[in-house]
Amino acid sequence: MNLHSLVAPGAASDPPCYSLAVNSWLCGDYLTDRWEQLQDALVEHVLITLASVALGLALALPLAILARQVPRLETLIVSGSTILYTIPSLAMFSFLVPITFLTPTTVIIGLALYSLTILVRNILAGLRSVPAEAIEAADGSGYSPWRRLTRIEMPLALPVMMAGLRVATVSTVALTTVGAIVGYGGLGNLLLSGVGTQFKAQILAASVLCVLLAVVLDVALMGTQRLLTPWTRVRGA
Amino acid sequence: MSEALRFLFDPASWSGPSGLGAELSQQLLLTVTALLLACAIGLPVALWLGHLGRGGALAVNISNVGRAVPTFAVLVLLSVGPLGTGVFGAYGRAGLATLVSLVLFAFPPIVTNAYVGMREVDREVVEAATGMGMRGRELFGRVELPLALPLVLTGVRLAMVQVWATATIAALVAGPGLGNTIQLGFENQDVARVLGGGILVALVALVLEGALALAARVADPVRRARSRSGVKAVSAVATPTS
Repeated sequence: MNLHSLVAPGAASDPPCYSLAVNSWLCGDYLTDRWEQLQDALVEHVLITLASVALGLALALPLAILARQVPRLETLIVSGSTILYTIPSLAMFSFLVPITFLTPTTVIIGLALYSLTILVRNILAGLRSVPAEAIEAADGSGYSPWRRLTRIEMPLALPVMMAGLRVATVSTVALTTVGAIVGYGGLGNLLLSGVGTQFKAQILAASVLCVLLAVVLDVALMGTQRLLTPWTRVRGA
Repeated sequence: MSEALRFLFDPASWSGPSGLGAELSQQLLLTVTALLLACAIGLPVALWLGHLGRGGALAVNISNVGRAVPTFAVLVLLSVGPLGTGVFGAYGRAGLATLVSLVLFAFPPIVTNAYVGMREVDREVVEAATGMGMRGRELFGRVELPLALPLVLTGVRLAMVQVWATATIAALVAGPGLGNTIQLGFENQDVARVLGGGILVALVALVLEGALALAARVADPVRRARSRSGVKAVSAVATPTS
């Protein structure tokens, strides 16, 4: 930033590299001049992503546990969520618009439904991966079904569940961009407005920030998982 | 809702160069072309690597990158870049940029599932086949590929769902397809158009998915021989997401 301010006075007569006349892909001036706009979009992106995944998780957990307890419902829940996943995001948003209008809620509900599919499958897979001996031992020790679920099954299912949460989060970061169609797509808004004006610096910056955000959230979740499951580290080593 | 249905059943909405009929056929053409191209390039490489047992990291990395990079960003980058200009034959405005992005996004599920499918073929079966004197091409064609086929086709199906969804978004970057109807509806605050377009897009997605699922069922040689293998095919679907 200091270097940039040193260079700027000499180049004052030249148009900035993000002006339409120059329109370069890589442009430091764009990052410094429009940083606030980028920051706002990034914050919106993070908030929409986190709200969607949180809502998806809040719905997926009880659904997966229900499917686990009532095998007859399992096919219904799994195939129902798979059908949701088949619906293209743009169509999903268009279904929600008459109900929730052009608000962030439309995007959040749509994206939560997508993460639901990934999460339900992985929570179920995680619960299935719990060794039968562990469950028998818990039953033998007189655990109630609820206590067995929260103390034995959930912790042991955590690695697979967290893998699903990571996939859901990374996919949601990418899909949030499509929310630009209703005006709430975080960095996607910059992509959509950039494509109309062929604004290359803005398009590249928004795309790179999207990927970086996905990587940062993925690493953060991986770290959380290591903290939550110290026993896997011992066994893994 | 009833207005959306009226929009869908009105012959006037289907006719013309930007009617539903033209947009639907454009999007179907794009989806099928992209899927065939991705299969033609991705499947041989993934199956061969799976046969050799090498390149596992490649398959995992491709699927991770595919998930983290937004399809929308790639569409925008390609359409503003050198590929974005002009009309590409029957594929319409910005058709080339759209086609290339669709092929790129068809790769991850196709490559990952084909590779994993080949690696998950029971090693004992492969050893037995080798013991019977099968080598290279014969082992691949008569043992590994038939056993890997359910997962390979699952990958193609996942890719198709992805390609169809991405082809819908293409409209936002001046591409062809049914997304244009939805976008026009958003611009004019025409809920019937938005909802009608959405219903059509979702319906075709479900029909395509169902058709491929059915085709995979019919094509599976093991399922035809033994109904028990259905269990394996279902559990395999969850593999790429975990």
